[in-house]
Amino acid sequence: MSLKAGLFAGLMAASLPFLAVSQPVQAEEVKIGVVLTYSGGAAQFGEQIDRGMSLYMETHPEAFGGHTVTLIKRDSKRPGGDIAKNAVQELITAEEVDILAGFVFSPNAMASAPLATQGEVPMIIMNAGTAWIPSLSPYIARVSFTMWHSGYPMGQYAHDTLGCETAAAGYTDYPPGKDSRNAFQTGFESSGGSLIEDIPMGGPREVPDFTPFFQRVKDAAPDCFYVFVPAGNHATAVIKTFAQLGMAEAGIRLIGPGDITQDTKLQDMGDDAVGLITMHHYSADYQTPVNLEFVAAWKAAYGEDSTPDFMAVGGWDGMAAIAHAITEQNGVITAEGTMAALSGWEFESPRGHIMIDPETRDIVMDSNIHEVVRRDDGRLGINVLGTIPQVADPCKALAIGRCGGE
Amino acid sequence: MSGFVTSAVSIFFDGLAYAMLLFVISVGLSITMGLMGFVNLAHGAFAMAGGYVTVACMNMLGVPFIPALVLAFFFVAIMSIPLERLLYAPLYKAGELDQVLMSIGITFMAIAGVTLIFGPNPPAIVLPEFLKGQIDLGFKTFPTYRFFMIVVGFVMAIALWLGFERTIIGAKIRAAVDNRQMAQAVGIDVDKLFILTFALGSGLAGVGGGLAIDIVGISPTFAFNYLVLFLIVVAVGGLGSLRGAFLAAIVLGVIDTAGKYLWPEGGAFFIYVVTVAVLLIRPDGFFGKGASQ
Amino acid sequence: MTTKVYDAENPVVFLRDRTRWHWAEALPWIVAVAIFFLQPITLNLGVQILITIIFALSLDLILGYGGVVTLGHAAYFGAGAYVTGMLSAHLGWNEPISGLLAGATVAGAFGFATGWILLRYHGLALLMLTLALGIMMAELANVTEVWTGGFDGLSGIVIDPIFGIFENDLWRRNYYWYSLIATFFVFLACRRIVNSAFGRSLVGIRENTERMRAIGSPVHLRLVTIYTISAFMAGIAGALFAQVNAYVTLDVLSFARSGTILIVLVLGGTGRLYGAFVGALVYILVEDELAKEYPAYWELGLGFVLVLTALFFRQGLLGALESFVRFCKRLKA
Repeated sequence: MSLKAGLFAGLMAASLPFLAVSQPVQAEEVKIGVVLTYSGGAAQFGEQIDRGMSLYMETHPEAFGGHTVTLIKRDSKRPGGDIAKNAVQELITAEEVDILAGFVFSPNAMASAPLATQGEVPMIIMNAGTAWIPSLSPYIARVSFTMWHSGYPMGQYAHDTLGCETAAAGYTDYPPGKDSRNAFQTGFESSGGSLIEDIPMGGPREVPDFTPFFQRVKDAAPDCFYVFVPAGNHATAVIKTFAQLGMAEAGIRLIGPGDITQDTKLQDMGDDAVGLITMHHYSADYQTPVNLEFVAAWKAAYGEDSTPDFMAVGGWDGMAAIAHAITEQNGVITAEGTMAALSGWEFESPRGHIMIDPETRDIVMDSNIHEVVRRDDGRLGINVLGTIPQVADPCKALAIGRCGGE
Repeated sequence: MSGFVTSAVSIFFDGLAYAMLLFVISVGLSITMGLMGFVNLAHGAFAMAGGYVTVACMNMLGVPFIPALVLAFFFVAIMSIPLERLLYAPLYKAGELDQVLMSIGITFMAIAGVTLIFGPNPPAIVLPEFLKGQIDLGFKTFPTYRFFMIVVGFVMAIALWLGFERTIIGAKIRAAVDNRQMAQAVGIDVDKLFILTFALGSGLAGVGGGLAIDIVGISPTFAFNYLVLFLIVVAVGGLGSLRGAFLAAIVLGVIDTAGKYLWPEGGAFFIYVVTVAVLLIRPDGFFGKGASQ
Repeated sequence: MTTKVYDAENPVVFLRDRTRWHWAEALPWIVAVAIFFLQPITLNLGVQILITIIFALSLDLILGYGGVVTLGHAAYFGAGAYVTGMLSAHLGWNEPISGLLAGATVAGAFGFATGWILLRYHGLALLMLTLALGIMMAELANVTEVWTGGFDGLSGIVIDPIFGIFENDLWRRNYYWYSLIATFFVFLACRRIVNSAFGRSLVGIRENTERMRAIGSPVHLRLVTIYTISAFMAGIAGALFAQVNAYVTLDVLSFARSGTILIVLVLGGTGRLYGAFVGALVYILVEDELAKEYPAYWELGLGFVLVLTALFFRQGLLGALESFVRFCKRLKA
């Protein structure tokens, strides 16, 4: 529904309150503009989210309250922001979408945020994890995660449970990387550890040769080495380089957010990954009934070799959130109405219980401590060592930097 | 041994391994650009194709790693011949702009094509046991695969050098690089040479793509992401020069590694600073034949 | 089209004839105005096409007329974008037209400084030097995060309404005109330049540098002059981009942007100004349509178009059109 149509509907509702209430449910067409990276190096992420969304729609046709949902897909290509912004601009003005969804890279979400405000279109973030994104527009809600959901508790866990006194942080040099580093550092130092090496490891676009960075860490010999890289190719290279340099034998423990043990990459990592400890909110290996059902549906739809990962769950949960917003508003979508519907929305996701924080419009969910293990059938799996229940984004809770809302 | 020396040794070693990857992929580009004067921006796509052939051979057909690399060489080399005849040959006499347009077009199509077949997910391979882990050289341990890279790089460099300097075909190619008209005039079939060197260069890029899987990984966008690096090696080394490409790869590889090790925040700068410095002083690179200024 | 024989003694007649307007030259502007009223494409896409036309025109000046092949022209586009953006974001300089000119001026000055050195080189060395320049600029912008916003991008750009009246609405109605007028002025300037004695001397340099040097033409100075003008115009395109999007990321400086604009121009046809129009229109429309239909595989079709153009339309699409028109005329005659 367009801005104009929305205003019109609003006026109608205001001037004819009795009629509006007594009107029967009508099947509306709801247009959803999906902005994802469908091409280029990040196409794999776009595909996961896209499939997660479609799968929810196919398996839960009843959840949309009889309204028709049309997805209008646009490729945001690169993490540069401008292409996504142009796509969003067109989705709002030309396609007149009711809801915006997707957003793999943080800069794409950041660049598009002002348009959500200007066009009064709600925007459901399904991946982009830089902590302060929801503060950029009152019409943003996030169903994915922030870097702080994993980095901050990982910092505390590294010191308190793993017994690391010193740590090094290596991260891909872009906002989520820096954000994740800050989260880890805050958690680690607040519980008494000290960060002795801080290494930006090149941009996100191409995988660098990690060896010089890792060699530097090896020479510095910290107890723990916290690594954040974008999920995908980078992660495999991290595990390989770590093993090749013999860093584990040198007494260094590799830790990080679950991005480095992404489900789609896990089987490729081989023995090098066994024993790795990460903090994350999802693994396809969770043995909960909801997740087992989700993974079974996924494999039925996309093949036995295909695995969903946390991005797919972002797409799935995001679609569930959209379905909820559509039924709540009876198919007549407004930005205010959507935000009201999503405020405090709770859902049993494959990752566990989730909620949208009414204060921050950001997600509240469990953070789990993962350990990579070798299963009896030879596959690599994830054991959950512990859970930090219902974490609200620590960055906003502690009001750090831009999360403090300068 | 002091920390400084250990660091220096490991920087040099890691840099050398990286340099050999650059060399194996770039040398083909250098020769084809030098010989045919063709600005082939699709060279990265050939490397990517080689990477995917390696992956397909290993994961689908169960071929071991090293035979898979050999297959990657032949597959890409043979595949490049009809491409050379159909798409490249008509443009030898055209301007470099048309060549750029065409080869970028090929790259676009290669990226989309590989995405269609293999999906956007970067595939992975499992290295054979003897290439995994560490190798102990007495004073320090090094990753075995990197050691293997260095050996492969040097063997290839020597083989190419022997091929160019000690065989008739090599002599013909050198003659054609130096002066195409003259070579043609003395009866060298330059067309056939073109096909041969193009196939050789593409095949080498294919092997490079296979070798790259375990260092930087392979994905459809590999074709573009590392193209700039290959071009830099060619330019710094000098067009059509074997030892130029070898030396440039080593200098750039080691400096890049050193930059990242010593100054991670600004490491990406180094390689470009060096490139600019070299080209400002020697526009034709280390061993170019003098046409750029 | 003209077969008139010119008197070498009187070049003024030749130049005057070349500057005379042909009726067909009104066509692009009629199309541009028609687009506003009929909206076969969205105005937002129209604005992107116009910005690309300005950028391609700037490249045509040095590439098509000066014969300078560059893979780093985004450096000047980016300079314009960042200067205009930072003036607004940090200093509150929000007036659009002066902001645009300020961005373009800095880009021009940067073009002068770099061109002075770069234009002493040619061939592969020049190609690689321009490429390295572009990449180093992008790295610089990434490192100087305090000013540029780094990878996050520069947000906080606020642009005042043009003349205090026309603001940047969501449908880009006002900015379409703003961009169109900017395009028109840039085009007028380009047309004037390439048809001047100075412009002809550039063609001379492109065709045979040694001969131009031999007849005493200050080759380096001429090239630096046109390079500076070109950088200024690229700066205008960048500044417009920053104002329209109110957001600047490192992407404005990327190698992809330098490469794309080269493709756009070669696709349309170099050395004929209108090639920039045709190239920008075709490239962006094809890419946009394909990317809408096949978000994951649009590169396949685009690549195919490029290969076909390179193989069969050596002079670009416009060159092919010209040959076709000439062919038809010959049939008639």
